Amino acid sequence: MHATGTPRRDAAAYRLGSVARGKHVGNAARLASPLVSAVFGRYAARERAFDEMFEDAAAGGDVRAGYTSVYKRIGSLSPDEVRARADFLSRIYVEQGVTFDIGGEERPFPLDIVPRIVDSATWSSVELGLAQRVRALERFLDDIYGPGDCFTDGVIPRPVVTSSPHFCRVVAGLTPPGGVRIHVAGIDLVRDSEGQFRVLEDNVRIPSGVSYVMTNRRALTSALPEVFADHRIRPVRSYPQHLLAALRACAPSGVSDPTVVVMTPGVFNSAYFEHALLARMMGCRLVEGRDLVCQAGRVMVRTVMGLRPVHVIYRRVDDEFLDPVHFRGDSLLGCAGLVNAARAGNVTIANAVGNGVADDKLVYTYVPDLIRYYLAEEPVLPNVDTWRMADRAHREEVLDRLDEVVVKPVDGSGGKGIVIGPAATRAELDLVRAKIVEHPRGWIAQPVVQLSTVPTMIGGSMVARHVDLRPFAVNGGDGVWVLPGGLTRVALGEGKLIVNSSQGGGSKDTWVLADPATTSADVEPPPAPRPTPVDSLATVHPRARSIAVQHSEHAQVEQQQQQQQQQEQHADERSAAGRHTGVGLATAAGKAGAC
Amino acid sequence: MLSRIAESLYWIGRYLERAEDTARLLDVQLHLAVEDPVVDELAAGRLLLGVMGVEPTGPVTDASIMQLLCHDPQSPSSIVAAITGARESARRSRETVSTDMWEGINTTWYAVQQGELARVRPATAFRWVRERCAIITATADGTMSHDQGWSFLVLGRSVERIDMTARLVAAAAASSSPTSWSTALRACGAHHAFVRSHHDQDSHREAAEFLLLDRPFPRSIVHTLDTAIEALESLEPPERRAATENEATRLLGRARAELEYRMSGDILMDLPERMSDLQATCGLANVAISHRFFEGAVAAEWHGGAL
Repeated sequence: MHATGTPRRDAAAYRLGSVARGKHVGNAARLASPLVSAVFGRYAARERAFDEMFEDAAAGGDVRAGYTSVYKRIGSLSPDEVRARADFLSRIYVEQGVTFDIGGEERPFPLDIVPRIVDSATWSSVELGLAQRVRALERFLDDIYGPGDCFTDGVIPRPVVTSSPHFCRVVAGLTPPGGVRIHVAGIDLVRDSEGQFRVLEDNVRIPSGVSYVMTNRRALTSALPEVFADHRIRPVRSYPQHLLAALRACAPSGVSDPTVVVMTPGVFNSAYFEHALLARMMGCRLVEGRDLVCQAGRVMVRTVMGLRPVHVIYRRVDDEFLDPVHFRGDSLLGCAGLVNAARAGNVTIANAVGNGVADDKLVYTYVPDLIRYYLAEEPVLPNVDTWRMADRAHREEVLDRLDEVVVKPVDGSGGKGIVIGPAATRAELDLVRAKIVEHPRGWIAQPVVQLSTVPTMIGGSMVARHVDLRPFAVNGGDGVWVLPGGLTRVALGEGKLIVNSSQGGGSKDTWVLADPATTSADVEPPPAPRPTPVDSLATVHPRARSIAVQHSEHAQVEQQQQQQQQQEQHADERSAAGRHTGVGLATAAGKAGAC
Repeated sequence: MLSRIAESLYWIGRYLERAEDTARLLDVQLHLAVEDPVVDELAAGRLLLGVMGVEPTGPVTDASIMQLLCHDPQSPSSIVAAITGARESARRSRETVSTDMWEGINTTWYAVQQGELARVRPATAFRWVRERCAIITATADGTMSHDQGWSFLVLGRSVERIDMTARLVAAAAASSSPTSWSTALRACGAHHAFVRSHHDQDSHREAAEFLLLDRPFPRSIVHTLDTAIEALESLEPPERRAATENEATRLLGRARAELEYRMSGDILMDLPERMSDLQATCGLANVAISHRFFEGAVAAEWHGGAL
């Protein structure tokens, strides 16, 4: 698969200018020009990466099956036109306020013009793997806060779980309503150099970013309507309905019409727009901790008409700040008494308190074993190979070659604290070495995984950039539903592997193509025909038929224009933003062996 | 409706009205300075700042007035501060404010952040502010449910409008300029309506009566008091036998009665004092509304520390 040592011949295809001038857009290799090859001279540095749009250079640089239409359509536009549309994308997010906060400053989330495409067969295995992972983690959390069978059966050492900073003794023995702890999971995936999807990390606390999935689709539909028309893309706009149904299904027993609220830390949170968007699209109240009050083990919300009961809280506040009675006493974001109300069975907290232990990166290394143990199945999605720094043999092996691996803190998020060996300075390596020696439980190491690349428009030209994928799974207790697609994050810097938005990452609209056998209800529907004046004239006034015939040609044109407009205005979601907990990672596969 | 959200909507109403009225006022003021050869610009400027409750720190010039009332984000009476306030309030209630209305407010705020007001001629800037406010208000009217949230929006707008009109009337009454009443009419956007209904009776008394008591004109004080009281009534439980429990309704109702059922006599008498009483009433009503509807938004604090 790899063309080690040879310059990429399909490099020219990344430059739209060349694509537009070339006549045979189907064959990227023919479009190469010396100038462009010079621009991509350094491209060899990322040669081991799997490119999702183009087959490897050795195979002729052909466009992969799912991308042919996107390639032709975008290639047939003039470079100025593509730039104009890319500008439109950046402008529309500013106007709609689709932003995320960094240090109190609102910034629009960069959205790239080239979509990322996943074919239906690949997606069904991803879907299967995600659902499997969520089921296993549910069983695991149930077990560690309950009987602890996995410890007695020797699947995972008890100290690994109890030493996790997110293991929460307060909820031991608490079974949540409906038996669900992971109402929403965002599991980060990467594609390795072979194109295989691997799990990079689990997020079952408060994964964010789903709002971008919806706003990206809406924005890109406006920017590239003709490209959408060529594809059957599975829709993403039903996410809020699935989430609401799952939350309502997990309401405390005996409540026939539960009240669901979304709980946000407030407007200064980086994901505030996502919270507002979800609340608006689910038709729920968006509350802050100060809006809630707990009395006699029940949770109520302060309204202008007095206190009203709340049954399900979809909280986007960290455990630590959720309830000052049990966690940080100085928290102003939470509501005193929430955990007690949950224990009394009067309120559902989604996601459940204490889930963080499943996100711990040391626990992550045991997840394939947990899947085998709880479900008696083989994992569908493999992990990225990982060394446990808490293990003496692993630690000694890694400390010898820190400059070749990626070192991560086990409870880090947002790409913080990660040290990429080959890119780090001597001082950085020494610092992290000291930290590992001091607190081995806090660190893991992984080989540098070369993330897959997708063409991305930077400064008016197309270049390869690394991406990851965060799909979202919703669990209502009667099965796990996976949103088709998810958030594709792009590391905008050349050769960069950290995709988090807080570290300069952008995003792409992610298209999951519908299986050719699926019914039209499962795909983005084509625009519905509208009744025209001609129809009504013909039926209501038979004598006006001659006029109708005269105008029918005009009406047809008009009807098509209406259809076109409808298509352009198609998606119904708007705005929002997300903070990205979660760590995007890695580089240069094959340098390091498995643990 | 959450108390916190109700408060945000109330303040969106107030801030938008403040931005619009300030733009009207400045437009007329700056026009006047050029148009009228006898007007004492310095005195007029001082009067304007006084009406708006701003203490000038340096010499009063057109530039300093523009800075204090239009461009300075730190000055609480400036248009920029009002638009920023409206946008912050809308951001805090995004799941309640309709998407269209949010985009209207957000694009306005964004343009202001980008320096739109400073880039164009002042007259164009003021017209732009008036138009943006009109667009947002109309979008809200057309896309928000006319429920409790809407009532809070209307209530905020009305309270602000009463306050601003009272300030304008007080300024007109205090001014020695012969054109002061026509200036006040223009600043309220009322000149055309006044001329149409009063034809040639262009006296001070008629103008004052129009701004205070004209029922059909939407910016007259009586009309606005009516709107505010109506909004308050719609927020009360529907069935009630005795008089209102709500202090704000009582305050505004009493103010309306004072205006409408005043013994016949010279309407111009004591006008500055009466207008400053009306402003005080607006302040009290604001406190009463906060107390009645928004106090729930005050955070409960936990003093126990983690158990």
